[in-house]
Amino acid sequence: MDDRLTLTVRQALQSLQNGSLSSEELTRAYIEQIERLESKIHAFITLTAEKALEDARRADARRIAAHRHPDETLPSLLGLPIAVKDLLTVAGVRCTCGSRILENYVPPFTATAVQRLVDAGVVIVGKTNTDEFAMGSSTENSAYGATFNPWDTGRVPGGSSGGSAAAVAARMVPAALGTDTGGSVRQPAAFCGVTGIKPTYGRVSRYGLVAYGSSLDTAGVLAHSAEDAAILFWPMAGFDPLDATTVEQPPSVWHTPESETLKGLRIGVPKEYFLPGMQPEVEEKVRAAIRMLAELGGKVHEISLPHTEYALPVYYLIAPAEASANLARYDGVRFGYRASADTLGELFNLSRSRGFGAEVKRRIMLGTYALSAGYYEAYYGQAQKVRTLIRRDFEEAFQQVDIIATPVTPTTAFRVGEHRDDPLAMYLEDVFTLPTNLAGVPGLAFPVGFDRQGLPVGMQIMASHFREDLLFSVAYHYQQHTDWHRRLPPLL
Amino acid sequence: MTLTLAEVEHIAQLARLHLSEEEKIRFREQLSAILDYAARLQQVDTRDIPPTSSVLPPRSRLREDEPRPALPQQVILANAPFPYQGYFRVPPVLE
Repeated sequence: MDDRLTLTVRQALQSLQNGSLSSEELTRAYIEQIERLESKIHAFITLTAEKALEDARRADARRIAAHRHPDETLPSLLGLPIAVKDLLTVAGVRCTCGSRILENYVPPFTATAVQRLVDAGVVIVGKTNTDEFAMGSSTENSAYGATFNPWDTGRVPGGSSGGSAAAVAARMVPAALGTDTGGSVRQPAAFCGVTGIKPTYGRVSRYGLVAYGSSLDTAGVLAHSAEDAAILFWPMAGFDPLDATTVEQPPSVWHTPESETLKGLRIGVPKEYFLPGMQPEVEEKVRAAIRMLAELGGKVHEISLPHTEYALPVYYLIAPAEASANLARYDGVRFGYRASADTLGELFNLSRSRGFGAEVKRRIMLGTYALSAGYYEAYYGQAQKVRTLIRRDFEEAFQQVDIIATPVTPTTAFRVGEHRDDPLAMYLEDVFTLPTNLAGVPGLAFPVGFDRQGLPVGMQIMASHFREDLLFSVAYHYQQHTDWHRRLPPLL
Repeated sequence: MTLTLAEVEHIAQLARLHLSEEEKIRFREQLSAILDYAARLQQVDTRDIPPTSSVLPPRSRLREDEPRPALPQQVILANAPFPYQGYFRVPPVLE
């Protein structure tokens, strides 16, 4: 494989800076890799190769021009190619959200998270596949076809940011943006053997992130290592006047840790995250990784998050309830698919029924029911109260420990079609990732080994609000001593 | 707990979805199974527990009330499936 495709983000940026590599060469190498593998992986919904090469040439010209003006500071990510999940808008590029209802929607505005990276100089090569409106855990629920796992194309890449995870794993891009409402960055990161950060709620703007569950939605990064993810993450973060839930919270930069150890780090291991039914190898690898963090200076504490078992039912009432309200905007009038109809009511009903896929309809129905008269208190109201108890579990835990370490998923990547007719079985895939979204705390997934079939196993670490820096540092230390994150799928 | 077909139809009407007969039957089964699973929340004692309204400490911040340019009408209408002389056109609401 082309050596340029295994550069880390830091190495790629260094090569761009010292002139040993141009953005055009780097971008072209990645586009060629996409062309080579896309028929097997199907990571993208829309490719913007022409535009990317133009942007790359412009970045190169800017860098050359800067030689004559040594005082000018160039943007930190100038010329770095990335991919963006097709749930975050890029002005002028179609944004489908994996849905037929937005097949021809071309947003006139760019998501703040994306805009900040564009301002930092990135080159966007395309929009990656997603479960429709991010509703799914396998990237099979896309109106544009499924994405396949680069480690085994008979298996799913996870979801809903499965296109981004697969693209990074297959070295089609060095990093990609995803979104995470219930695990949609971390679970595909685990299934594809990459590193993914789900930030604190409010850390990264949701402006231009097409809404699913507004109290849970976050935008994050998938990359090959914690360091690479951190390099892209910090420029995205911070207060945005266009999203009233964002918070300015220093420090907003992360430096590669100077200390060699994790001395003094208190690691909580919650007993509720190791279930009898889970794949034994997942538990084995995660426990081995926790031992390694202990060898690096951490101290392990057994803890309890007693309301964990309720996270799944709480999530699957709150997220669909919010979705049923958010997705009311797709009515065939102002944008999106429109069915022909004789009356306005029929226009709404038919446009929505034909435009939405089965999982989206299911969640809209579930959410509508949970919010409807007579059931609101019993379902939605009770779920929001139990959510308070789940948040308190985390608050109490973070008084005793600095991070919490758990598996990302109960199993490694499952087979394409395995959960097709059983939505509840699919929902159970998210059992370990949902609680962080309900509590708003950050989570990071990174590879800690492989099972006997050669499929990646991921570990999740969580910290209190706004402590992404700690998560990056812990994973960075682990990755200094392991090479799971550098392994290549046999397909490559 | 099993939803009736009439309940499924009522929810679909609230959600502005037209369901086929086959979808109604399938959603009836699947939604009933999910709601059964969610019923375990009723066991949790939530007396005196406030519902979550925000995961972060509540704060309010007012922005400066300064006019900013909005997107031009043409740009907004570019995505409309059926624009008409600067309007969004829909079928008649009243006869």
